[in-house]
Amino acid sequence: MIIQAIAFYLFAIVAVAAGTMVIAARNPVHSVLFLILAFFNAAGLFVLMGAEFLAMVLVIVYVGAVAVLFLFVVMMLDINFVELRQGFLQYLPIGGLIGLVLFFELAFLFATWVFGAGADKLIASPAPPVSQVSNTHALGRILYTDYVYLFQAAGIVLLVAMVGAIVLTLRHREGVRRQSVAHQLGRTREQSVEVRKVTTGSGV
Amino acid sequence: MLQIGLSHYLTVAAILFTLGIFGIFLNRKNVIIILMSVELILLAVNINLVAFSVFLGDLVGQVFAMLVLTVAAAEAAIGLAIIVVYFRNRGSIAVEDINLMKG
Repeated sequence: MIIQAIAFYLFAIVAVAAGTMVIAARNPVHSVLFLILAFFNAAGLFVLMGAEFLAMVLVIVYVGAVAVLFLFVVMMLDINFVELRQGFLQYLPIGGLIGLVLFFELAFLFATWVFGAGADKLIASPAPPVSQVSNTHALGRILYTDYVYLFQAAGIVLLVAMVGAIVLTLRHREGVRRQSVAHQLGRTREQSVEVRKVTTGSGV
Repeated sequence: MLQIGLSHYLTVAAILFTLGIFGIFLNRKNVIIILMSVELILLAVNINLVAFSVFLGDLVGQVFAMLVLTVAAAEAAIGLAIIVVYFRNRGSIAVEDINLMKG
């Protein structure tokens, strides 16, 4: 139990510190790296809760894909980030006020919050005991049966996002010479071969 | 303190959520950091969903968390694509320069 508590506080504190650095770091590259650290620690929290499949998905999807995407974009764009940081402290009071109000609202809510009396009866798909079925097995059993439409919808969302990103960023540059197979095959003899009579000794 | 319960996880999620909101206010000029703050907010939502799912013994929360993950990935891809296109056209991604559609 004590090890669980230590692990929880370690993951939680590092995640919150990394989250703070995401919004406070001067260099956006550092922000992305701290975002990766925050995701890793959130994955640790998931493992601690017993949701190991989601923890691994979080690491693969966020660290493997989203964070690398952020890193690419931050490094590719030639932006003066110092200029973007001007007026950083100007929004500190109002942002801090709203953040504090929001946090205390959430804290008061969570401090007094309990499960309702009938909550046990409303469980849609009860989690099987971990000793019999692992978390991944149990998730797969309901994801591909009861929630298969949601699963397909998630696939469609990803497909649309992929097509959208390609359509947005693809551009045809002018002046680039590309191979056109139809054009090559459509060439006739008259267009490409010319018979000339060359007088001896004068060249073409 | 040593007994880690639901409220501990909810507190962590609340702090991360607040940090995300705070980050949007703090970095009003930098779209990339704003997108990262949105990712933090979605991460906090995911922690909430998984915590409730685990402590209630209902697996649906984890299915929903997976869907949130999918939407977050799609949102990041589209958002960054828009940023790249915008930077290509205007040479800047400062938020106050993005006012082409202002009437």
